[in-house]
Order: sequence, then structure tokens, then C-alpha cells
Amino acid sequence: MSNIAFVRKKEIAPSPPPITEVGIIGWIKQNLFSGWWNSFLTLFCLYFLFMLAAEFFPWAWGGHWHTKSLRECLDLDPNVACFSVLTARWKQLLFGLYPAEEYWRPTLTFFLLILSIIPILFPRFIRFFWFSLIYPGLALWLLWGGSFWSVAIVYIGMSLGVASYFLLNQRLIKSSPMALLLALFLTVIFFLFISDGMADLLGDLVPLSLPFVESLKFGGFTLSLIVGVTGIVASFPIGILLALGRQSKNLPLVKMICVGFIEFIRGVPLITLLFVASVLLNYFLPPGTNFDIVLRVIIMVTLFSAAYMAEVIRGGLAGVTIGQHEASASLGLTYWQSQRLIIMPQALKISIPGIVNTFIGLFKDTTLVSIISLRDPVGLASTIRADAKWNGIYWELYIAIGLMFFIFCFGMSKYSQYLEKKLKTDN
Amino acid sequence: MSELDEKKKIDRTKVNLTEEVVIHISEMNKWFGSFHVLRDINLEVRRGERIVVCGPSGSGKSTLIRCINRLEEHQKGKIIVDGTELTTDLKNIDKIRSEVGMVFQHFNLFPHLTTLENCTLAPVWVRETPKLEAEEIAMEMLEKVKIPEQAHKFPGQLSGGQQQRVAIARSLCMKPRIMLFDEVTSALDPEMIKEVLDTMIQLAEEGMTMICVTHEMGFARQVADRVIFMDDGQIVEQNEPESFFNDPKSDRTKLFLSQILGH
Repeated sequence: MSNIAFVRKKEIAPSPPPITEVGIIGWIKQNLFSGWWNSFLTLFCLYFLFMLAAEFFPWAWGGHWHTKSLRECLDLDPNVACFSVLTARWKQLLFGLYPAEEYWRPTLTFFLLILSIIPILFPRFIRFFWFSLIYPGLALWLLWGGSFWSVAIVYIGMSLGVASYFLLNQRLIKSSPMALLLALFLTVIFFLFISDGMADLLGDLVPLSLPFVESLKFGGFTLSLIVGVTGIVASFPIGILLALGRQSKNLPLVKMICVGFIEFIRGVPLITLLFVASVLLNYFLPPGTNFDIVLRVIIMVTLFSAAYMAEVIRGGLAGVTIGQHEASASLGLTYWQSQRLIIMPQALKISIPGIVNTFIGLFKDTTLVSIISLRDPVGLASTIRADAKWNGIYWELYIAIGLMFFIFCFGMSKYSQYLEKKLKTDN
Repeated sequence: MSELDEKKKIDRTKVNLTEEVVIHISEMNKWFGSFHVLRDINLEVRRGERIVVCGPSGSGKSTLIRCINRLEEHQKGKIIVDGTELTTDLKNIDKIRSEVGMVFQHFNLFPHLTTLENCTLAPVWVRETPKLEAEEIAMEMLEKVKIPEQAHKFPGQLSGGQQQRVAIARSLCMKPRIMLFDEVTSALDPEMIKEVLDTMIQLAEEGMTMICVTHEMGFARQVADRVIFMDDGQIVEQNEPESFFNDPKSDRTKLFLSQILGH
């Protein structure tokens, strides 16, 4: 019988791993050439990438930028790109038929957009959130023009409503639903009888207006961004409410309406909804009503993506355990408090990938408006080709349009990854 | 557990067990669908009383204490907590819930908030305590459960025992008049059970009204004023711990005790 007892007397000093297993060499060996099949795939992919680059780069690099027409490009060198179409028509791709002397307005709106979403994206700038709140009105006025006061009056009316609610709630009436109703009533009164006169009066006192630009002049990426951003911002809260409604146990009627809405909208192609917006709606509205076409499209796109959003968020809600509901209830939080402070933060965190997926989908779906003859970038590509000078040009236009969409969508995707990482609280 | 058995019973002299009834349950019945889970429950709890509820699984003990803060709705009978009857009135329910603390088997801490935020959330939103004051109270409570150093960590970074103590601190921050404990040690590793039980014993010594559903019989012996044995949705036997453990009256209690203490 051998003696199995053992006591170590000397520690084994740590030594570095073999050179072939660490660093760049180690990584290459592990990831690219770990076996014959993996090595074959690596070489095949490298060959494929090389072939692609060998075709693409000479074509793009030597491209013409300053010719007058496609014909001229082909005469110079038919084997390289003809980016001249972008040089000649980039303004149209960005602004559609927007009057050239007013280009500064969409441009300014775009830069203000970036400023206004910073407080929402990065909590560290939350003290500038007031700007995000006034931005929609400002953008509306800058883009469409008209009197400044006709937009400002909406803000004034809403502030009055909110102020009267708080005043009533704190000073005069104990029950808050009553105060809410009264404040709503006052706001409605204001908008029905006072707002128009007041806007006119203010307009006379301080004339502040921009030339009006009608919706049909809008186009290009300006249009995509207007529809996309508004749709994204509006569909998010609607989606949350729909998801909560669908989850509701105590309000069967609300639940039925939410389920019906979601299933109906999801079951119908977006193009159908857009046709309804552009053509059919006119039959139902009283003759002579001017219901802005861009607004109609925004509403349809918003409802469409709200239905998807609701289902994505419902998935997130299902991921929050029943224990969280019970814990927040047992502490005495009301339904809305617990939704806002406990349930939604967790549900939304779970659904971030799905939410961003829906956002990206919505943004790209805005190109479908070309079907109802609005001039989004894809629609403009056909318009540009209709010009005899650029007849027959495809690649250069679509590459440029694709690149623009890619930048925005990739940005959203990157932000969602950053957010997921930031909100990770467990180890 | 045997270690707890050997310990002396807690010092009751500090505690003034009053005659004031804080929970009054009479002829209470509950059904899950057509399944009769609680049958004719009658129970009075006095202020400062510590009650341990035990019984086989599925006997309705958890359901009973969950009825007290209306996480479950009862269908017949009366429950009066601290002078307020539990009805469908949401205002009453929220009021009672803010007075009655509850600790769960699976902790149910809010994973997206730090320990401190877990503790301050309800005081700030329900009691409308100023944030700084709420944080002071929270730190005080975290010190009481002996983990003030974890205040800025997230629940996911704590051990099970630590999480459960945070959950207790979170309830205490609402300054509840009654605490409900629903099998709070059942999901813990053996070495963590003690730290949670110690916290509960400390609370008992301070005179908190407590109802504990638990299988920790050592804890029951040491802390309880009354042990309630439930089976099939009924209260089968209740007695002082001494008599309950040494001289059980009903056969079902005897069987249960022999099974739980027999190994």
C-alpha cells in the first residue's frame, strides 16, 4: 500500500503562458486557424473580400464628380463611378422641392434636433430637457413657417392648463381627479375661444413669421427625418400604453380595444395604411377640409409602429417577475407609481434590442411614402432618373441614399448597445 | 437549528405586549377558482405579538399572510388591519400596505436600483419624505441589518443573505407597524440563514409585531409568543411555543412535528 498523504512544501511560481497561445499570434491561431475547416473558411473569406475590394475601390476611387451628365461620364471612362449626379442633385436629395432660399430652415432644424435629443439620450444633460420639450414646436414653425405665435399659443395654452392643474390641486380642491377635469375644461375653453384672437393680437404686436412652405414641397432626407423622428417619438408612449392595456386584468374593455387595435394594425401592410391616409381618408373627411398629407402619413406610421412597439414591450413586461409587482405593491406604491418606477424601467431595459429594432424598421419604412407620391430619397431617385441627363444611373444614387440611412440606423444601433451596457447592474 | 434551540429565549421584559388588537380576522374564507384554500380563519393579533405560522406546504400559510396586505383577495369574512377594514377600496389598500411591511422568500429587491435607492423609494414616493431625510433613515436601517457598506451596490452584486437583509431594511424604512415574513430563509444557503434570523430576532426584541411563516422551528421556540399550525386551509392548533412543541394536542400537529423535527 502506497502512502497517499502529501503536503506541499514549495510553491510553484507562476510562469507566462506559451508565446503561441497569447497576444496576436495566439488570437489568430485560436480564432482563424484552429482547424483545417476553420483555416479553409478563413482563406475563402479573405479571397472573397479581396475580390470585392478589387472591383469596388477602383470603380469608386476614380469616380467622376464634376461632369454635366451621365453621357459625359461614360465618354470619359465607362468603368468608373459617376458621382456627378450627387454633386448636381445633392440639394434635392436632402431637401426635396423645399425653396432654395429657405434651405437654412431645415438645416437649422436638423442641428437643433441633435441638441434636443442629447438631454434624452444622456441623463447627465437632463437639465437641458426643457429644450427637448420646446423643440417640437420650434421645429414645426421653422419647417412649415407661418406666424410664430400660432405655434407658441399652443405652448402657452398647455402651460396654462398645467399651471391651473397644480394651482387647483394644491390650493383649492382636495381631490386631484376633479382638479384635472377642471384644468382640462379651462384648457379647452382657452383653445376654443381665446387662443385664435390672442395669437392674432400677439402677431400684430410682435410680427414674427416665416414664409409658409406647403407640405408637398417637402422631400428628401428632410422628409424621412420628419416622418421618422416624429413617428419614433410618438409611437413609444403609445406603445407603452397599448402594452399596459393589453396586460390589464381589471379592465376587460380596455384590454379588448388594445388587443383589437394591435392585431388589426399588425395584420395590415403599411402600404395599405399609407394609401388609406393619402386617398381614402379624403372620402371620410368633410369636403374642403385640409388635413395635411405629411401629418396623415406621420399618424399612420406612428400607429403602425406603436402596434409593434406594444408587442415588444409586452415581451419585456413578461420578463419582469410577479415578485416585483408584489414587492412594489406591498410597499404601498400605487399602480402608476409602481409601473413608472419599478416595472417599466425593467421591462424597457429588457426590450431595448426590440425597441431599437422597431425604431430602425420605422425609419427605413419611411421610404414607402414614395408610393403615395411624396418625395422621399428613394422616390427622388426615380425623379432624378427621369431627367434625360441622368437617365440610366442607379448605383451611385442608391449607394448614397443607402449610406445616409445606414449612418442613422447604425447610430441608433450603437446607442442601444451603449445603453444596454450602461444599464447592466448585475455581475 | 439546534444551536438556536440551545440559546435562551429572547428577553421579553423589554417588550410591552399590549391588549390592543392590530389585526382582526374573522370567519375569513378564500377560494382559488373553486379550490377552497382558506376556511373560516379566525385570528387576532395584538400589538407587539410575534406569531409563527407553520404547516405542510399547500396548507395556506403564505396565502393567509398575503391576505393581510391584500396581495390576495379574500372572498368572505372580515380582515381589519390597524382599524381599517380591507375592502375593494384602493385607498384603504394602499394605506394598509404602507403600514404593513412584507419580506418575501425570493427577496424581490428592485434590481435596477441600488440598495440605498431600494430603501428610499417607498418613503419618498408613498410617504413623501424629503430625499435627504429618507436617505438618513435608510442608512440607519441598513446599519441595523449590518450592511451599511453595501448601500451603493446593486442587489445583483450581493449574496442571498445580504439581499434578504436589504429587503428587511427596505420594509423597515416605511416604519411599518406590522411585519410579515413569508418563508424568508427558504431560498438561502445554510450559512446565510443565521444572519437573516439574527436580524429578525433583533426586530422581535425591539417589540415589532411580526407574523412569520417559516420552517425554522428553532426560531419559533426562541421568538414566538404563539405558534399557529395550519393544514388544509384551516388553523388546526395554536399555542405557546413551549406547549406547542412539547405537548401537541392534535394528531396532525404531532405528525407534522415528528416529520420536521425527526431528523
